[in-house]
Amino acid sequence: MSASGVKQVPDTETQIRIAPDGQSIVKDDIKWVMNPYDEFGVEEALRIKEKFGGEVTIVSLGPKRVTESIRTALAMGADKGVLINDPSAEDSDALATARALAAVIKDMEYDLIFTGQRGVDDDMGLVGASVAEILGIPQLSVITKVEVSEDGTSVKVERPVEGQTLTIESPLPALITAQKGLNEPRYASLPGIMKAKKKPLEEKTLADLGLDASQFGKEARKLKVLELTPPPQRQAGKIIDGETPEEKAAELARVLHEEAKVI
Amino acid sequence: MDIFLSEKNRVVRQSVRRFCEKEIKPIAAEIDRECSFPWEVVEKMGRLGYFGIQAPRELGGAGLDSVSYVIVIEEISKGCAGLGLCVSVHNSVALYPILAFGTREQKQKWVPPLARGQKIGAFCLTEPNAGSDASGIEATAIRKGDHYVLNGNKVFVTNGGVADTCLIFARTDPGAGSKGISVVIAERGTPGFVVGDLEDLCGVRANPVSSIRLYDCRVPLENLLGKEGMGLRIGLTALDTGRLGIAAQGVGIAQAAFEEATKYAKQRKQFGVPISRHQAMGMMIADMATQVDAARLLVLRAAVLRDQGKPFSRQSAMAKLYASETSTSVTDMAVQIHGGYGYSKAYPVERYYRDARVTRIYEGTSEIHRMVIARSVLE
Ligand SMILES: Cc1cc2nc3c(=O)[nH]c(=O)nc-3n(C[C@H](O)[C@H](O)[C@H](O)COP(=O)(O)OP(=O)(O)OC[C@H]3O[C@@H](n4cnc5c(N)ncnc54)[C@H](O)[C@@H]3O)c2cc1C
Repeated sequence: MSASGVKQVPDTETQIRIAPDGQSIVKDDIKWVMNPYDEFGVEEALRIKEKFGGEVTIVSLGPKRVTESIRTALAMGADKGVLINDPSAEDSDALATARALAAVIKDMEYDLIFTGQRGVDDDMGLVGASVAEILGIPQLSVITKVEVSEDGTSVKVERPVEGQTLTIESPLPALITAQKGLNEPRYASLPGIMKAKKKPLEEKTLADLGLDASQFGKEARKLKVLELTPPPQRQAGKIIDGETPEEKAAELARVLHEEAKVI
Repeated sequence: MDIFLSEKNRVVRQSVRRFCEKEIKPIAAEIDRECSFPWEVVEKMGRLGYFGIQAPRELGGAGLDSVSYVIVIEEISKGCAGLGLCVSVHNSVALYPILAFGTREQKQKWVPPLARGQKIGAFCLTEPNAGSDASGIEATAIRKGDHYVLNGNKVFVTNGGVADTCLIFARTDPGAGSKGISVVIAERGTPGFVVGDLEDLCGVRANPVSSIRLYDCRVPLENLLGKEGMGLRIGLTALDTGRLGIAAQGVGIAQAAFEEATKYAKQRKQFGVPISRHQAMGMMIADMATQVDAARLLVLRAAVLRDQGKPFSRQSAMAKLYASETSTSVTDMAVQIHGGYGYSKAYPVERYYRDARVTRIYEGTSEIHRMVIARSVLE
């Protein structure tokens, strides 16, 4: 039995605009998709289920639109979904998000939890670790290979480190954060999408989970975003002038040394 | 547009879009250039249910609604119009008539392999002397004992080079005029069933459009779809649905061109500023955005009507007419915005421009559509 945390993030092709407050992005026009790292997690959970049996539950915190991403995971083959949908949880930081996810997961019987190693939106990479900490289970982060032992009591995983591979073994239950390269996520099939419509997707509020709403939302953030700045505009290329190749080469060397400061 | 879509429709769009971006877009330029039908991708599409979008689940299909159907065709066509054409024709004018007019046995026999994409379907109406005027066909299907003997020359058959299951329009009663036309299913591999050379087309080149010739090709009587003499009715019913697919194809091509043009206009600088800041370019972008949305809305309206079981013939004709005209005008503007580069194969808009053109011709020309719409307005 495994749980997979799923976050909805702006499609990487979306043009991101910074909101007038300078601290958030304009959310109206965005195409939302499942965080790509979470897709690796869902896929791995499904492969383990196909080998060992059991169930995969998708857990997410967010507004109603997130059900679309949960349904996509259900269409890929997951069994049920839980969405924590509570207006007071909007703009929660990673720690609060982890508390909410852990509150759902702690009452389930689980062997493995998967999350993406980070969200491609704010690149915090904190939720997986925090969930493991709250649940008091081992955390295996940035993983590209997962092997559950035949008897289903432990897991051996691989993490790439500086061109080497670190192999780690851990008892279960454990939490794994998925890195690119772990697998090639399957596409949801059209018949799968029809089947997903009938799979259970529960919505819960913070109160349903026995959580105190005052610890969530913008006001309760331990991490505050001070400012968002757009990346600098790409500068136009520079053409080196000169009469002869020698002159051009000398000028190029000067520019690389003095202006670009790369040599 | 999302306000008109159900959650299921949006999930369909998201997953098909992901598939097309990863599997189709990267090969689209190559399969256009080489005129090659990408079997590997087509087999994947079959496993994902793209060949039985609306066929019932018990017959191997996905059992989705028409709105999902047009979404799938739009997304595939955005990646590759030739594949969009393949899936549209297969689902709408090949598979659907068997569902709508077939007997229980015929459906059990033909639908599951088609819906799973294990077999590919084709619709063979057009002949050298009969295009817009379908009632002018000359192919014959003459009853002899327990067989029909087919003779004829079908041209411009979409999927022709790869199709297994072909709906052949032919005269079962050569003396009875348009009332003598019937639809008989012929399978590739039957003696006398000959696939001609592939057409060397301007666009949709990944689709193996070919002629199919029938020389004393014998097929069992139980391959008759509906009753003898029902051919034109079956054809028109099929085309009502088919047009929705072609309209969605037009929207997909236009959307692709619109996105490329917008991106290019922001990057390309002339006179010191991105060309998007030149007002004439902005006007074109505005027209493109508006036309694409209007076309998509017309397509959605016709699809919703079909899902509600209401008449949608006029609306699907309007959607097809407007979406195909939109796709030619939007791709034309996209080429214009790209300047000389738009006329080069180095940029995808050149392909979109060629692909769009045929949407005004097949499954009824724009002129025929205007006639149909005028008649339904004035009657
Ligand atoms: C890539 C491609 C794929 C195709 N796939 C298929 C397929 O799978 N199956 C199939 O059966 N066919 C297919 N076709 C054929 C297509 O449907 C016909 O080309 C189309 O119906 C037009 O027929 P035609 O080419 O004979 O032109 P014609 O009918 O000869 O028309 C020539 C011109 O005359 C105009 N015209 C004709 N009659 C009238 C009228 N009454 N009033 C005003 N104007 C008129 C037309 O609008 C057109 O502009 C395909 C064609 C192409 C190019």
